[in-house]
Amino acid sequence: MSTLIESPPAPATPGSVLDQPAPAPEGLPEWFTARRTAAWQRFQDLPLPERTNEKWRFSRIKEASLEGFTHAAEPASLADPHAEHVLDKAVARLAFHNGHLVSADLPENQSGLTVMPLEQALRECPDLIEAHFMKSETPLGSEKFAALHEANALSGVFIHAAKGTAPEDPVEIVHYFSGCQGAHFPHTLVVGEDNAEVTVIEHFVSLDEESAFVIGVSDLAADGAARVRHAMLQRLSTSSKAILINTTSAGRDADAKSLLLNLGGAWVRTESVSHVTGTGANVNLLSASIPGTGQEFDQRTYQIHKAQHTTSDLLYKNALFDKARTIFSGLIIVDDGAHHTDAYQTCRNLLMSDHGEAHSLPGLEIKADQVKCSHGSTTAQIDPDTLLYLKARGIHDKTARKLITYGFIEEVVERFGHEAAGRLLDRFIEEKFKALGA
Amino acid sequence: MSTLSIHNLHASIEGQSILKGLDLEVPKGEVHAIMGPNGSGKSTLAKILAGNEDYEVTEGDVLMDGENLLEMEVDERSRAGLFLAFQYPNEIPGVSNANFLRAALQARQPDGAELDAVAFYKQMYARMDELDMDRKFTARAVNEGFSGGEKKRNEILQLMMLEPKYAVLDETDSGLDIDALKVVARGVNSMRSPERGFLVITHYQRLLEYIVPDKVHVMIDGRIRRSGGRELALELEEKGYDWAREELAGAGA
Ligand SMILES: Nc1ncnc2c1ncn2[C@@H]1O[C@H](COP(=O)(O)OP(=O)(O)O)[C@@H](O)[C@H]1O
Ligand SMILES: [Mg+2]
Repeated sequence: MSTLIESPPAPATPGSVLDQPAPAPEGLPEWFTARRTAAWQRFQDLPLPERTNEKWRFSRIKEASLEGFTHAAEPASLADPHAEHVLDKAVARLAFHNGHLVSADLPENQSGLTVMPLEQALRECPDLIEAHFMKSETPLGSEKFAALHEANALSGVFIHAAKGTAPEDPVEIVHYFSGCQGAHFPHTLVVGEDNAEVTVIEHFVSLDEESAFVIGVSDLAADGAARVRHAMLQRLSTSSKAILINTTSAGRDADAKSLLLNLGGAWVRTESVSHVTGTGANVNLLSASIPGTGQEFDQRTYQIHKAQHTTSDLLYKNALFDKARTIFSGLIIVDDGAHHTDAYQTCRNLLMSDHGEAHSLPGLEIKADQVKCSHGSTTAQIDPDTLLYLKARGIHDKTARKLITYGFIEEVVERFGHEAAGRLLDRFIEEKFKALGA
Repeated sequence: MSTLSIHNLHASIEGQSILKGLDLEVPKGEVHAIMGPNGSGKSTLAKILAGNEDYEVTEGDVLMDGENLLEMEVDERSRAGLFLAFQYPNEIPGVSNANFLRAALQARQPDGAELDAVAFYKQMYARMDELDMDRKFTARAVNEGFSGGEKKRNEILQLMMLEPKYAVLDETDSGLDIDALKVVARGVNSMRSPERGFLVITHYQRLLEYIVPDKVHVMIDGRIRRSGGRELALELEEKGYDWAREELAGAGA
């Protein structure tokens, strides 16, 4: 069942990502190579985002520069895919190191469930990929970087659950990164057909303290009454940068949930766009961030309702330590005719010091009737009465603060509602607290 | 030495004087009740004992078994053996009751020693059974979405787990129906011991039928105006706080 790929394909000559895209191997579908070429052209034509652009307001925009970043080199020694203790049970596991497939533990006799490295899927089921691959535009500001991703994407995973397929355990994907100034373009595409049910847990992990630039795209599509769940556990080195673009679309009565645990990276920009397109669809958008000094997490979201009787619920929580910075800018868009929409958007910032900086820009744009929408954002320090209550039970100040902060983040973990994933999330949250001296 | 003794305590908040020379002595092994009208400063006293720094102590001292309580941090006081059952217990979102209690007990372990998790759960379940608390409360976030009665029961669970030397109960009876009151009283009574003193604050005589006090003190306008036996509670109930205010505070004030 397990396939260990001993020698990866010959690597591309390292070169600046600004000079040329990564060369594509032979035998890929024509539409795909054409898309890459067009995307490369788009990347070159599009301007760099500017400070005056509302979509980049408050962002440390110079961090978006790819100057000096090269196509990630083949690592001298590949990561041991089993070094990382991850989920106890998974229906499929794949691990990549700087884009090279290191191991693939794929399901056998799982009729209806397809889990494949993207490149293999492009050869074996190109039509399925074409139907979904980067289909929607990137409206939140990173269209230039999305184009760069599209021009380079080859590493990643395609997950397809056919009608009614519901594997019990999640699919787990680990992307390891190493080396100095490498650029990476991991791609994840998850498709759940009618009544299918699939959960995907993904890790982005740095193996060293070097600076990587990850431009990742994960697209989730849930068809009729499908349940699709995706969690991204971001643990890049604190000198790395990332732009993570996520699109979620939910069809009739579908239920989609995505979670981001944002821990590593010097600068991480996340763009999440949900298309709630089918009547009765429900989307949950969750994020938990724990930045410290030198880290900026820049979060942009759209919840777009296009059909009647749809719901979406966004909960972003940021626990800012020391001199951390976060930006949250979210917009709920209820299209013409999307009556009876319930859409909620909540961003909560917990400042653990007097030096943190949390910006919130919530917004609503409603063109339909009978709509229930709310958006709210709060920024506060630990409630002194709550702290007093814990200390009045003998709990030391430091432990009390940690417990309260942990509880603050825990609401996000609980909402994801997956026990095994929850244990994993808790472990990394705990590790991050430790690293921050909490 | 084995007493909680409060001497000439004066305290204020935002320049407003609330406690005005309060004297009280609770020996170990006894249950003392404080009764008094709303606003007389009962909760203020409780919170000052626990170490709430919103209040400024301007005069007087508090000794717990001879140790100067007012010089200790909030958490130190708790570990030293003082417990306050809050009138309005706080909610702690995302922190389960079990983790909360564990952290409180862990804080009492000697350096480097780990709490015995098996023994902890065993004891917690036994105490919860005594309080008719459903096991599901162990996994629920502390006081979040609890009814008033559930919160009060939870305070008593904490009291039973932490086994303090002195326990101050601030209106633990308010908001309880008679059945819940009996359960809470049973929990408290099971903790009565020669090694433990109780200060039970209440507005109503009713609680004292179930937790029978050794002494009753009447507090009005920041001072203890009269002390007596059980019968004082009954007299107060019968004659009302207006009488107490006029009769007890009027002359002495
Ligand atoms: N945090 C506070 N800020 C301002 N005034 C307070 C505060 N806490 C208590 N007080 C005042 O102190 C007095 C005593 O209150 P409290 O101790 O709660 O009385 P009791 O518990 O006997 O009802 C009241 O007049 C109340 O308004
Ligand atoms: Mg009170």
